[in-house]
Amino acid sequence: MDSILEGFRKAFLLILHLDAELLGIIFLSLKVSGIALLISTVCGLLAGTLVSLKRFHGRSLIITLLNSFMGLPPVVVGLFVYLLLSRSGPLGFMGLLYTPSAMIIAQTILAFPIIASLCHSAIISIDPIIGQAAMTLGATPYQKTITTIKEARYGILSAIIAGLGRVMAEVGAILIVGGNIAGYTRVMTTTIALETDKGNFELALALGIILLSISLIINALLHIIQKKGALQPNR
Amino acid sequence: MKIKGYFLLFLMLLMVFIPSVVYAETRIRCASTTSTQNSGLFDYILPIFEKKTGIKVDVVAVGTGAALEIGKRGDADFVFVHAKELELKAVEEGYFVNRHDVMYNDFVIIGPDNDPAKIKGIKSTLEAFRKIAESGHPFVSRGDKSGTHTKELVIWTKAGIDPKGKTWYLEVGQGMEKTQRIANEKRAYTLTDRGTWLATKDKDKLEMMIVLEGDPILFNQYGVMAVNPAKHEHVKYKESMEFINWLISKEGQQAIASFKDKLGNQLFIPNAK
Repeated sequence: MDSILEGFRKAFLLILHLDAELLGIIFLSLKVSGIALLISTVCGLLAGTLVSLKRFHGRSLIITLLNSFMGLPPVVVGLFVYLLLSRSGPLGFMGLLYTPSAMIIAQTILAFPIIASLCHSAIISIDPIIGQAAMTLGATPYQKTITTIKEARYGILSAIIAGLGRVMAEVGAILIVGGNIAGYTRVMTTTIALETDKGNFELALALGIILLSISLIINALLHIIQKKGALQPNR
Repeated sequence: MKIKGYFLLFLMLLMVFIPSVVYAETRIRCASTTSTQNSGLFDYILPIFEKKTGIKVDVVAVGTGAALEIGKRGDADFVFVHAKELELKAVEEGYFVNRHDVMYNDFVIIGPDNDPAKIKGIKSTLEAFRKIAESGHPFVSRGDKSGTHTKELVIWTKAGIDPKGKTWYLEVGQGMEKTQRIANEKRAYTLTDRGTWLATKDKDKLEMMIVLEGDPILFNQYGVMAVNPAKHEHVKYKESMEFINWLISKEGQQAIASFKDKLGNQLFIPNAK
């Protein structure tokens, strides 16, 4: 119990005296997770829309794959990306291993199936009559798709929030491909893992509390946007 | 209302894309072990080297086995590990060049402070291992191919015991400090390096003690070697050699000797030739 209280006290002190190193770690966390989320949102929304609105061969297989890949173990993804980016691997010439870019790639792979899959659920739950109505009003197929996506925006934002949760909390994959290099690829979660390894439990817990607070703020912001979206059903 | 939403989104994106720190200087990458990183040695000696040369050393800390593998694959510029036989073998195979002894510390056997298997007083490590096996008291193994694990396996083999699969033999696959904490929780024996033990026994409130030390078989040699540029031409061989030569120079050796833990213990004894 003492350790937990001490953790909260330390977290408070750390926030009060934000030093440059900790700020760097927090920004890198936000940068890596943010870019990964952005890429996986764009790709995931495209893929989710495609499998929802188009009928093509192998479509149900893709949906099954997306659903199962939602539970990809981060360590496996980390190892896969490591072998891919390693100097002895197929993409080794790019020299990306142990850089923030490698971490972004790993997190994108982890978040993409979640966002694609949840976008798919959100879009197929929209009544097809909306699309039909748009068509009768003279919409092109493209405009019809946009209308449907707009209707599904609440669910799509939920998908993005789920993806955010995945990348912000992730440690297994980025530890392997980033290497947890101080001042270069060290982010919040890997710092927490390292400090736990070193037995600095209070510091690790304090960092955990800060990470959680940041997640809370971002999610609160997203929730505000989401609520506004829900309040005006007819735009 | 809608504009406000987009504005918030924009703010968040802005936050994400703010560049954190600017990196410009030369960086070389060192694959090393958790024991060196967790002891704080790198935090102490690297700034001295960086200040002198302007070369920044990035450390990826894993087990010795993984560090050698990372070096062999060309994913690091040099390695700094402690498993001399494996190192010499990797040099022979052509993966590394210019291997040097750097420093040493020693391994010790630690156990519960009431010493249920009555190891204290025994001088021979092999005998102690046999006695632990016979008594059936739990023994925690790193089980991660690290230098410490390699040493432990050598001792088991020399003692003529195959502990694999025995109920008292717990392979945890974790770093040294975590392994010690697990041994503490399990009231078990384990093999640890003196540096980690000294640095963490009080902090982690370990109710354990050294039951055997000083046996020559427990000597723990650290070595440094560069990835062979003939195998991986992209490695920063020149800068790596600059670091290696500094590490084994009088200045580097003095830096290692003057590194002390919070309690004032010298953790590594330099012995480069």
